[in-house]
Amino acid sequence: MIIQHPLLGARDAAEFTYLGDASMLMRPDPASASHPDKLMTAFHDYVHLRDNPAGIHKELWFHEQGDRSWLVVTRNVSTHEIISVELASDVKKASKRKSK
Amino acid sequence: MRYSIWSVLKQGLRSNRDWKPAWRDPEPKASYDAIIVGGGGHGLATAYYLASEHGMTNIAVIEKGWIGGGNVGRNTTIIRSNYLLPGNEAFYELSLKLWEGLEQSINYNAMVSQRGIINLFHSDAQRDAAVRRGNSMLMHGADATLLDEHDLRQICPFLDFENARFPIKGGLMQKRGGSVRHDAVAWGYARAADLLGVDIIQNCEVTGFIMESGKCVGVDTSRGKIRAKKTGVAVAGSTSRVMGKAGMRLPIESHVLQAFVSEGLKPIIPGVVTYGAGHFYISQSDKGGLVFGGDIDGYNSYAQRGNLPVVEDVCEGGMALMPMIGKARLLRMWGGIMDMSMDGSPFIDKTDIPGLYLNAGWCYGGFKATPGSGWCFAHLLATDQSHDVAKAYRIDRFQSGAALDEKGSGAQPNLH
Repeated sequence: MIIQHPLLGARDAAEFTYLGDASMLMRPDPASASHPDKLMTAFHDYVHLRDNPAGIHKELWFHEQGDRSWLVVTRNVSTHEIISVELASDVKKASKRKSK
Repeated sequence: MRYSIWSVLKQGLRSNRDWKPAWRDPEPKASYDAIIVGGGGHGLATAYYLASEHGMTNIAVIEKGWIGGGNVGRNTTIIRSNYLLPGNEAFYELSLKLWEGLEQSINYNAMVSQRGIINLFHSDAQRDAAVRRGNSMLMHGADATLLDEHDLRQICPFLDFENARFPIKGGLMQKRGGSVRHDAVAWGYARAADLLGVDIIQNCEVTGFIMESGKCVGVDTSRGKIRAKKTGVAVAGSTSRVMGKAGMRLPIESHVLQAFVSEGLKPIIPGVVTYGAGHFYISQSDKGGLVFGGDIDGYNSYAQRGNLPVVEDVCEGGMALMPMIGKARLLRMWGGIMDMSMDGSPFIDKTDIPGLYLNAGWCYGGFKATPGSGWCFAHLLATDQSHDVAKAYRIDRFQSGAALDEKGSGAQPNLH
């Protein structure tokens, strides 16, 4: 697979390590939980449960052998076709803006 | 027809005119006592043991494709019970014992060949870990033999013992490990279950579950509704997809694992050998092909094919372990989709939905577990109780903190 890095252009996927579902960017906020049990459940779900869809999947790739940036890659996991690539920092900023 | 030397001779003399299909191709009935979703090795074994051990014969196996077309025909055929943790070792030892009696009980030649498996070690620390693992195996009634370099040179003279970076110091051997012809396992279980009255329904895709007042009472399929008192799902690789239809979200990611076969060669590899300094394992099939594999590709995939970086990585492991392998030509390579769970261990458990049971999360170690998985899943379906050796395989173990992390790599499925 070739990943179109937003800053560096086309890079071989072998330069990256894979973390998993990009929902891991959205860590539960301990301050917002109404009850400790709810927080435990929220963190259990965050750490352990996955949608694991067959089809379009947003996921985190780390450019370990390159500029060491985190990317959010949108990929069809049934065909390995890469649809879009963004910097994870941009995705995180955008989601914060949205939640405000 | 019972298979034996006499049936082979008799049919041979009649120009093999009278062989019948090994199992029927029935239309699905409107309802069953139990249905198993997934006609892979685990599903068929479950159906067979439900019928043979628990007397439940009004049951069906529902398969989207054809028998033998999924992971049961895509693995590297290794059987072993060299696990460490108490929650795992007893289960895999039960499974290995069932392999030993399998061919007699299902009257089918699955070519179970206990030619031994050797896990190599390359350092003092790895040797200590091998001794510990061996002791755990012995305590659970399995067999384990520690080989030093001298012993190993007798068995595998072709290994690169003097490798400068990872010299080979010895290995932990399980003599009762080995390999089995994987297609024959699917066909043998299918035939044996069919003979006991189990309906094996192929080309029938489950499209949803029938829920009535919070209970699962059957499945919607591409061939109509099929009702059942109990529904067991054994579709490793596609578990998230199928259980998603019941609204469940699971601690599983689907990943692709590649496997490789070389051209046929004269006998050279005595059993199964696994590299301790990288992920590479190899055995030789009865046809002579070197069967080998290594790591999963490491990213979510449902594509049943992998990419070249892992091919390179696997071949590098092979070259480091036994340089002679560089002369063999690769004949075929393929990929299969694995349920990678969050701790590398499987699930055999009830779900929160009454009437719905789950068998999943086999990572890339499901083949060796086939008989044990079927045995324990059948026990769960028939009695509503977990089998003694499968008690650790609960779905809620990440909530309770009782994770079963054989490799100790945490909730990172692509590292197990």
